[in-house]
Amino acid sequence: MTTPVSDPATSFLFGRLTLESLPLHEPILVATFAMVALGGITLVAALTYFRLWGYLWSQWFTSVDHKKIGIMYMILGVIMLLRGFADAIMMRLQQAMAFNGSEGYLPAHHYDQVFTAHGVIMIFFVAMPMVTGLMNYVVPLQIGARDVSFPFLNNFSFWMTAGGAIIVMMSLFIGEFAMTGWLAMPPLSGAEANPGVGVDYYIWGLQVAGVGTTLSGINLLVTIIKMRAPGMTMMRMPIFTWTSLCTNVLIVASFPVLTAVMVLLTLDRYIGTHFFTNDMGGNPMMYTNLIWIWGHPEVYILILPAFGIFSEVTSAFSGKRLFGYTSMVYATVCITILSYLVWLHHFFTMGSGASVNSFFGITTMIISIPTGAKLFNWLFTMYRGRIRFDLPMMWTIAFMITFTVGGMTGVLLAVPPADFVLHNSLFLIAHFHNVIIGGVLFGLFAGMNYWFPKAFGFKLDEFWGKISFWFWVAGYWFAFTPLYVLGLMGVTRRMRVFDDPSLQIWFLIAAFGAGLVAIGIAAFLIQIAVSVRDRKKNRDVTGDPWQGRTLEWATSSPPPDYNFAFTPVVYDIDAWHDMKTHGYERPLSGYEAIHMPKNTGAGVIIAGLSVALGFALIWYIWWLAVVSFVGILAVAIGHTFNTKRDFYIPVETVIDSEAKRTKLIESGA
Amino acid sequence: MSTDDMHHADNHDHGSVRSYTTGFILSVILTAIPFILVMAGGFSSRMLTVMVVLGMAVIQIVVHMIYFLHMNSKSEKGWTLISLVFTIVVLFIMLSGSVWVMYHMNTNMMPMPQGMTGQ
Repeated sequence: MTTPVSDPATSFLFGRLTLESLPLHEPILVATFAMVALGGITLVAALTYFRLWGYLWSQWFTSVDHKKIGIMYMILGVIMLLRGFADAIMMRLQQAMAFNGSEGYLPAHHYDQVFTAHGVIMIFFVAMPMVTGLMNYVVPLQIGARDVSFPFLNNFSFWMTAGGAIIVMMSLFIGEFAMTGWLAMPPLSGAEANPGVGVDYYIWGLQVAGVGTTLSGINLLVTIIKMRAPGMTMMRMPIFTWTSLCTNVLIVASFPVLTAVMVLLTLDRYIGTHFFTNDMGGNPMMYTNLIWIWGHPEVYILILPAFGIFSEVTSAFSGKRLFGYTSMVYATVCITILSYLVWLHHFFTMGSGASVNSFFGITTMIISIPTGAKLFNWLFTMYRGRIRFDLPMMWTIAFMITFTVGGMTGVLLAVPPADFVLHNSLFLIAHFHNVIIGGVLFGLFAGMNYWFPKAFGFKLDEFWGKISFWFWVAGYWFAFTPLYVLGLMGVTRRMRVFDDPSLQIWFLIAAFGAGLVAIGIAAFLIQIAVSVRDRKKNRDVTGDPWQGRTLEWATSSPPPDYNFAFTPVVYDIDAWHDMKTHGYERPLSGYEAIHMPKNTGAGVIIAGLSVALGFALIWYIWWLAVVSFVGILAVAIGHTFNTKRDFYIPVETVIDSEAKRTKLIESGA
Repeated sequence: MSTDDMHHADNHDHGSVRSYTTGFILSVILTAIPFILVMAGGFSSRMLTVMVVLGMAVIQIVVHMIYFLHMNSKSEKGWTLISLVFTIVVLFIMLSGSVWVMYHMNTNMMPMPQGMTGQ
């Protein structure tokens, strides 16, 4: 965009932000803004009318309770899913329309922003928050802990992730987003090809969110290693905890690479260095290399927790111990290491030659072996089990079928000569949606349906859940099978208009599939609303609605602030199942006061200042950058002087809430 | 519990005056050798000088880890050692892999003065 700098005072105050930066000339965006503004005003008015601000601030925003933070992560993920899906359906519509000389309805610069935003949002602000949210909620409960190792850090991590999401969302109405594709490869993302604010929104959005992700990775890693209940050796940990451990190891080891690459790109764009330009000894291929060193572990960061969810669900709903627990653990650890050895398969065609390509082709095929072993473990767990087809199990079976196809097309792409034909085609798009929707997303839905009663004390509605399930699964296949076909015919990704009219039918089918998914998403929202309405009917009084096997089902639903009145002692894998079979009786006396961390607003404030810092750097508003940076330091240092960080839940409160639970259990019996 | 600084689990080595002194002296020696070497003009082979300086640096990293960071195979129930090994493995993969990949990329793809050469 062009920003005519008028007078120095304005440009000092607002940097390169001018009235022309507001996309007033784009009717689609103006209409969207009107709707968002209307919705926002209604929400704010409602919160004010019902006097909920104080409650939200003291009970949620400043909370250091891992359960509340987990729920907030899930809400963030669902909201961003709506935004990311809106982008998806816009693309499907554009591609279905733009035939026979029609330009569709999206101008090129808008369409390019839409596909970039879709990728960035779905990975960083839907999949990541939801995976982190589930880990945050479930892991401490599964290991019998009362919170994570660093509760304040947890709150701070969430708000940094939310801050990154806010920065990306701001680009919709102030300025523009990157037009580069979701990995912002130079030279396209360099200052020369993209001088506008789009790539800067991308960079600072990811940097702010990246701080949150890295810190929450460290937090959960330490929690799992240091805070397991007595008796829970590594080989007695629930599989979901194991996969979370490996995921967080991957986060801690790979996200710094992303941060470093973004810093180098920032230097190229802001102060004219030449890391990724072809002049002065730079090399854009190095960016591709580095970003995929992060990017490949990233896909395992997303899928490993999903594998953990499926393991828990399969074993709980087959009423059996997981088949091959040890092999499952080793498969997970193998994947963790191997995920660092395959990154080049994302750019076979860049030209590293036969020896390099065959090495990475072979490692890629090898990584499918532990994944395949997991699939057999789930199948053998189901074999001769008493399978209950509740929603989590349905999602798991849909996953097993869908993901297997996605895995096979992945192995196909791992063959370098085949990849030379399919690289950057819609076949690739179909493949990774096949594994991310069929794997991660189905896993998240399985997990949400499975743990929802634990988090809120009532089950999710079956009827609307099934509607959502069938529309999602059918919608996925309708939307992406055509892309496999188109990819094999040589259609490349990110196209805005098409010349060959014979392709249109496939895009129409894909658009129809996206429509089905839209119904699936709507049904999911209705499912939640209906479940809240009927919460009395679907009440879970036992705390163990699915005959679960791991420790999170040992406490009440929802768990008290302190999770467990007495720290459980573990003697076997599937600790809760073991306790039940050995006639465990819930202790009814001998409670003590419980030491807990105190809420703090520092995380919200630092993250808010980080958003301001990001915004200032995007628009070159240097005074604001300095002020907010100093603010961040001041609040962070100030927080270290806050020594009143803990308190005791008085024993009366513990007795009271445990007595309530006793009553609840009796009411159900 | 989680506000953990208050009751610090005391299961790792905090060092002694003796171990800190040993570490300090070793570090001084390991720093002095490269300095003296370079100031005296180094070996006749430049490569050898570079290797010796780098070697001293690597040894000093190990000295720091043992005497200042109190890392041994038992600290934190072995987790310190495992994470160290993992870090080295990942760093090795990333660095050597990048060098390998980028070497081939440069050979095959970057513009060259006198036409293409095979890899």
